[in-house]
Amino acid sequence: MTRFSKADALHLGILAMLVIAFFVLPTYHVGAVSRIMVLAVYAIGLNLLFGYTGLLSLGHAMFFAAGMYGFGLAIKFMAAPVLLAFVLALIAAAALSLVVGLLALRTAGVAFMIVTLMFAQTAYLVVLYFGEFTRGDEGFVLQQAERLLLGFDVTSETGRYFVAFSVFAICFLGFARLVQTPFGKRLIAIRENEERARMLGYDVGRYKLLALIVSGTISGCAGALYALLFGYVGATFASVQYSILPLLWVLLGGAGTTIGPLIGVMFMFYLIDASSAYTNSYMLIAGLVLVLLTMFAPKGIAGILRLRVMPWLP
Amino acid sequence: MNILETKGLTKVYGGVVANADVDFTLRRGQITALIGPNGAGKSTFVGMVSGRIPATRGQVFFEGRDISALPAHKRIQLGMAYTFQITSVFRGLSVYENVALAAGRTLSADPEALDRRITAVLERVGIKDRSRQIAGDLSYGHQRILEIAMGLAQDPELFILDEPTQGLAESEVADFINLIRTLAGETTILLIEHNMKVVMEAADYITVLDQGMLLAEGTPAEIHANAAVQAAYLGTAVDA
Repeated sequence: MTRFSKADALHLGILAMLVIAFFVLPTYHVGAVSRIMVLAVYAIGLNLLFGYTGLLSLGHAMFFAAGMYGFGLAIKFMAAPVLLAFVLALIAAAALSLVVGLLALRTAGVAFMIVTLMFAQTAYLVVLYFGEFTRGDEGFVLQQAERLLLGFDVTSETGRYFVAFSVFAICFLGFARLVQTPFGKRLIAIRENEERARMLGYDVGRYKLLALIVSGTISGCAGALYALLFGYVGATFASVQYSILPLLWVLLGGAGTTIGPLIGVMFMFYLIDASSAYTNSYMLIAGLVLVLLTMFAPKGIAGILRLRVMPWLP
Repeated sequence: MNILETKGLTKVYGGVVANADVDFTLRRGQITALIGPNGAGKSTFVGMVSGRIPATRGQVFFEGRDISALPAHKRIQLGMAYTFQITSVFRGLSVYENVALAAGRTLSADPEALDRRITAVLERVGIKDRSRQIAGDLSYGHQRILEIAMGLAQDPELFILDEPTQGLAESEVADFINLIRTLAGETTILLIEHNMKVVMEAADYITVLDQGMLLAEGTPAEIHANAAVQAAYLGTAVDA
């Protein structure tokens, strides 16, 4: 039982630190951490599929974008209240995950990577094609008045931080719980040895589809949250770059760990932030660090922690 | 009633006939060994029985029910357990978690019963003291035992073991024979085996497959005396 309480203590401790961070950090960093928490939700979504189920999707931007556009378009064209728009965004992401899953999961391995990449490119082109509604690359802005959450202004620094924190906390703790359930353990089993899992009587296809739907929906939730908190919806977020970024975050932080996504996003954000203070070619420094980490810590930061000091890390 | 029956079970790989019209029956509660020279089609046969390998044609009946159209996981859910010829465990997980995944399909709603089942199975096969070890760190022999434990944890009606003693040391083989004998009466065992010592000591009944076809069936003594079997198989294997 100690293993469970240690993990719980770690998760709650991280959340407590995020609350404290709001009160002690300068404004710039408060804004940064808001963004980091939103993107960490996105990384949690990918981590479920990639880190726990062993399915590498190169097209998760389509789910992020489904949530973002589901939310943004519902507000722009239906004048939907924020909560309703949020629910619609989740439905859009879940529906897209279901359809993509039914088709893409007929493949495995490299083929799955390519098929998800292709679907995401299609999604991106669809956004551009319907530029009349989506405003394409240029995107559109959601006005402050349209972003009232039950009358609460989420555009202030405080509002933004705590809405991001709340959604992150729900996803973070929910996810930590999920991977301890029989469902989560069977996903890990599929990652470890799919054929063995099948020959223990598990319907591997069904589990993978469920994992993809949950993963896509969490990613869509992040997309909707981004639109809500930062007031912008644009096609960039459906581009291939936004499929690769969460993969980097998860790999850096530690795939298949509960704390990896947050660590990865935070690490990469501050790496770029710090290096851009010295040089314009900050991506060069970021790239170098990424290469070094991949060479010397292929399991990511949390993976190293699990290996060296905290074997109980969930 | 026979627990398992196949009718005309056939597998053709791009023109090569691996199994040709195999009519096979398996008696309930017994240990039956399926033997035959390399390439006789033994693994293909149990692959078709368990659903891992789709049959070209023919039928499989389990507990009197036609399961020919069922996917592998559904057949396992009906009460089959299967161990692979090449060791196949969850290498990154602990011994305990491996067995928990095997037993968890039916018991995951009741953590206490699940824990009892896991502990009992690990005790029975003699690797309880290793339950916290990572499966990939175990010796080869212990990994094979773990795989058997994963089969037992499912409390199967039919337990299919594909060359379980392959690569085991002699003392481990003796332990395996003892373990298998204690299962007699509890479950039905279909054993693919190359090691004649295991077959002769453990099996109640033997079926011989040669070139994809059923060659002979009988008790170990009958098979030992069978001239066709000797010609096809035993003559070389026993002397070697």
